[in-house]
Amino acid sequence: MTATSGTAVVTLPAETQILITREFDAPRHLVFRAWTTPQLIRRWWAGDHGKVVSVEVDLRPGGRWRYVMTANAGFEVAFHGEYQEIVPDQRIVSTEVYEGAPEAEAVTTATFTERDRRTTLTLLVQHSTREFRDLHIASGMESGMQEALDDLEEVAVSLV
Amino acid sequence: MARAATTTDAFNAVAEPRRRLILDLLSGGERPVNDLVRLLDLAQPLVSKHLRVLREVGLVEVRGAGRQRLYRVNGRPLQPIHEWVTNYERSWSERFDRLDVVLEELKEEARDDDD
Repeated sequence: MTATSGTAVVTLPAETQILITREFDAPRHLVFRAWTTPQLIRRWWAGDHGKVVSVEVDLRPGGRWRYVMTANAGFEVAFHGEYQEIVPDQRIVSTEVYEGAPEAEAVTTATFTERDRRTTLTLLVQHSTREFRDLHIASGMESGMQEALDDLEEVAVSLV
Repeated sequence: MARAATTTDAFNAVAEPRRRLILDLLSGGERPVNDLVRLLDLAQPLVSKHLRVLREVGLVEVRGAGRQRLYRVNGRPLQPIHEWVTNYERSWSERFDRLDVVLEELKEEARDDDD
């Protein structure tokens, strides 16, 4: 019964940025709720990579957030940060640290735009250096580990 | 991090806008350096410097043709970067697919509340 709403599109608009865009078949107040409510975040944040074991959300400027998941391979992956700006149903600006690389703090701006009861979510991740940006993309792969490595192996084999 | 060495090299090379421009120009076919100097409106030593960086990571190849040296683009070094971003994109796609399921339920609840 799930409407397929599109695929995530990732681009690298500047050497320190990552931009992720996705459209959802739902009004933005619902997307915002699913994005910010701990028991709902638990259900989607890990994707196919593992299980969410902890979600803390203190949704106010200066409030902290922290998400932890156990990856399929058994190790824990955790992210945390602080909310800087919150416009309900529209915009969240927060810092974000992957605890595996705590020196690489990014600022993420999530924007929710609604049109005809569909919502476009854009996530702009701003890093301080290109190296940290690159590390961030690599860490996404790490948490994806086994599947990602399997996929990479397939690609490598197909290139031979 | 083992993979950084291979990817950051090509990344470094394409991080500089004029080098991307050179790749764009060469993607239409091979050209001598003088063509690039004219089209980019840059000094020849600068164009040569950029070409050298691109050649070092294998994004540009050169061959002699009479007295001319012709440069052409080779996209293969960009393949790991492409795969790397594609993997990242896939993890977000998986998350968003699950978010779709959550949203369907929230929409159901909202409809029930209206009844």
